[in-house]
Amino acid sequence: MNERKPRILIAKPGLDGHDRGAKVIARALRDAGMEVIYTGLRQTPEMIVEAALQEDVDAIGLSILSGAHKALIPRITTLMGENELEDVPLFLGGIIPDEDIPVMKEQGVTAVFGPGSSTQDISAFIWNSLREI
Amino acid sequence: MSPKLDLWLTEMLTGSRRALARIITAVENDPAVAEHAIQTLYPRTGQAHILGLTGAPGAGKSSLTTELALELRRRDLTVGIVAVDPSSPFTGGALLGDRVRMGALAGDKGVFIRSMASRGRLGGLSSTTSAVLKVLDAAGFDILIVETVGAGQAEVDIASTAHTTIVIEAPGMGDDVQAIKAGILEIADILVVNKADRAGAHQKVKSLEMMLHLGPQGGTRHHGKIIASPAEIQASSQNAWPIPVIKTEAINGKGLSDLADQILSHRTHLQETGQWLERERERALQEATALIQQRLLAQVQAQIPAGLQHEIYTAVAERKISLYTAVEQILNYGP
Ligand SMILES: Nc1nc2c(ncn2[C@@H]2O[C@H](COP(=O)(O)OP(=O)(O)OP(=O)(O)O)[C@@H](O)[C@H]2O)c(=O)[nH]1
Repeated sequence: MNERKPRILIAKPGLDGHDRGAKVIARALRDAGMEVIYTGLRQTPEMIVEAALQEDVDAIGLSILSGAHKALIPRITTLMGENELEDVPLFLGGIIPDEDIPVMKEQGVTAVFGPGSSTQDISAFIWNSLREI
Repeated sequence: MSPKLDLWLTEMLTGSRRALARIITAVENDPAVAEHAIQTLYPRTGQAHILGLTGAPGAGKSSLTTELALELRRRDLTVGIVAVDPSSPFTGGALLGDRVRMGALAGDKGVFIRSMASRGRLGGLSSTTSAVLKVLDAAGFDILIVETVGAGQAEVDIASTAHTTIVIEAPGMGDDVQAIKAGILEIADILVVNKADRAGAHQKVKSLEMMLHLGPQGGTRHHGKIIASPAEIQASSQNAWPIPVIKTEAINGKGLSDLADQILSHRTHLQETGQWLERERERALQEATALIQQRLLAQVQAQIPAGLQHEIYTAVAERKISLYTAVEQILNYGP
């Protein structure tokens, strides 16, 4: 009798104060039957990785609007590596310019969901990327 | 069962937080894993002081948990936190948002925070929570805080897994009759009036104190049970714990040192009066009863071919036999 439910961390790094997008995604994933750990605004890379570790999440979703992704992502993926979380899929939402997407993927981001993405796409992505346990 | 479990158990006992987190997930997902993990870890459990923290939505539970953890850390005690939020009965999903207010605890290796969804298990929340608590206990945390929303049976269940139950109230939230209906006075070892910076806090304290003293226990708790007669109150007064009502302001940490003092004296009280062991025994009884129920049910269900069960329930639905006859048939089934 296995009751596994996907556990997803949704966090909003950076200094801007808009977490509406992150909350919309959090709710949509909840409605898709997932357990969403929502950590709210102004999360540092350290806080995000620590939460992902303690909560043993199956995926991390970040909402970044501030354009700070270039600074934040390498720091987060480095910390994930240091904490043996390199196999946890990382996805980005918010505003990421198209030309930055290949760089983000090189740095370890699994998928980028722009403003047009449907929440169905995102939840399908997560279901498909679940690790074996 | 995950072949990695034994590896994780070893890693956890040498301090790996990653392994601890993965064990908790496995324990939550699979009762067979929970059994194996608890069998292995049991000799190392029994050290932690388990606090149950409950109250109405918005009373300030997450903020208070955070401030309490900070206060306990100042006293060099390590803290594990299990924050339980409800699962949606419709989708099975859950939005676990307690970490939003726990940012101040980030970066401290003496704290471990885990969010947990209630998953709508019938009577099962307490058994899963208590398995997760045993894992954290074995991992060596001094104090474990279980935070639940006070909304019905769940918090009473959680109270039965805690050594010290703390009920959070706030001024302007609910009236006294609601407090009585919710049964909070029966489960609380410590009452907290949070948001003491707000108008009405003093009255709230006074009315809670009055209700406690009017209650059958005369404001004390003995053996975690309500004491019926004045004679019993008299007889037990030496072992009784006067339930304190404490004012706190979780927004700035006021009153938290008081609260921590009371929590630690409650522990001493339980140990000195033998009630610690008694609560553990009570808990063992409850947990064993739940496990026995689960196993017997599984055994009974496994004995009877699924097709026959279907037939029996169809017969009940069609009013050919009664529910009680169906139960007799199931229990007396012999192949
Ligand atoms: N004025 C005042 N506000 C407080 C105090 N403690 C908490 N709050 C506020 O009360 C609100 C609810 O606090 P939480 O800690 O989220 O309460 P909770 O009981 O965990 O709420 P749920 O998780 O929704 O059940 C927040 O806006 C807090 O900032 C306090 O001592 N004084």
